[in-house]
Amino acid sequence: MRFLAKIANIVWKDLVAEFRTKEMISAMLIFSVLVIIVFAFAFDPVGETVRAVSPGIIWVAFTFSGILGLNRSFVNEKQNETLLGLMLAPVDRTAIFFGKVITNFILMVITEAISLPVFFVLFDFRMEGSLLQLLLVIFLGTLGFVSIGTFLAALSANVRTSEILLPIILFPVLVPVIIGAVESTATIFNQGAFEQIVGWVKLLAVYDVIFLVVPFILFDYVLEV
Amino acid sequence: MVKTIGSKTVLKDINLHIEPGEFVSVLGPNGAGKTTLLKVLTLLTPPSEGQVYIAGQKITGNPLALRKKMGVISHNTFLYGNLTAYENLLFYGRMYDVPNVRQRIKEVIAEVGLQYSLNDPVRTFSRGMQQRLAIARAIIHDPDILFLDEPYTGLDQHAIGILNQVLLNLTNQNRTIYMITHNFEQGLHMSDRIIILVSGRIVYEASSKSLSLEELQDIYLKLVGES
Repeated sequence: MRFLAKIANIVWKDLVAEFRTKEMISAMLIFSVLVIIVFAFAFDPVGETVRAVSPGIIWVAFTFSGILGLNRSFVNEKQNETLLGLMLAPVDRTAIFFGKVITNFILMVITEAISLPVFFVLFDFRMEGSLLQLLLVIFLGTLGFVSIGTFLAALSANVRTSEILLPIILFPVLVPVIIGAVESTATIFNQGAFEQIVGWVKLLAVYDVIFLVVPFILFDYVLEV
Repeated sequence: MVKTIGSKTVLKDINLHIEPGEFVSVLGPNGAGKTTLLKVLTLLTPPSEGQVYIAGQKITGNPLALRKKMGVISHNTFLYGNLTAYENLLFYGRMYDVPNVRQRIKEVIAEVGLQYSLNDPVRTFSRGMQQRLAIARAIIHDPDILFLDEPYTGLDQHAIGILNQVLLNLTNQNRTIYMITHNFEQGLHMSDRIIILVSGRIVYEASSKSLSLEELQDIYLKLVGES
């Protein structure tokens, strides 16, 4: 219980600080909506191509805006060396990781909750597949993205060019998550049966579990780098 | 104890015993290994060879319990600029499982004289105010051992006075204090024992009572010059 309380405390601290300045969330939201607007101009919003490219557009908007948040999550802890303050506290260091994962997840979900309707409006897109299945895929895809992203953000935070380094090391590792999320979303948009996305959903779930478990073993070393 | 970073041995044959309630000041030039030694003692990095015991326990045994006994004041404040003073103390109080944390915040904030700025964001504080709040943060869990890393850096006279008063109170409560400083006068005045670290080795140890400021300066310059 204490471990969970420490995680909740870290999430509380991050969200209070974030919603006071709205530094990360505003950048993520603006970027996500801008990506959708750019694609709305690039493609004919009423053409048949929209249905084919829309899953890719959605996940490009989600992941590219998410990178902005991930970049700041540990870099912010470098000001006044607050990360050292966390490391000195009597708390298992994986609590720091899970606190950051939950904060990043909440920020991404807020961004997605606003930018997805914007996409539907700008592309005049009628959602005909299962909304529940779409939400499941977005949940798993986002969790995979933030768990891997938070882990690598901690790794790259000590590098001076961390904002350049993070996308370079993150996207190759993220390929299975992006492919799984895009393929599942496309199937849902085409009103495919759940059986058609079960394989992708399993892949996303396994990836999420792996990258939620790996930090238990490695996060101590990552912080000491 | 030995600490190696990469191919460089930063701490060599460190053999140090500090009694409970003792106040030890560590002096040394830049690059002597003072901060690395502090990082080992505060469990931020393990020693490469040898053993470290804190409060009679091996540091590898139950590090979380040992961290609860320690407070750290550094020239970095470990404070969140976008949070208020109260929110910072509440956050750290919860991290250290401080019982009745809201009452404890009132006590420590009064001790450092910031009760009228409790709800102001820390980013609006002067350097001296931030360092005073950092003192409150470090003692909120009433630590048995206090580590200080150049705590006087950037402090005004008021903040120096408050820090000295806090250290005096802790000394009177028989708390152990380990301070890295470049301030010979403060180090000599406050502590029981002076240690000089040069090139990763303890090259000098003496009781502060047996030294005058001039003697300490002469010894330090001689030892640093020899290295």
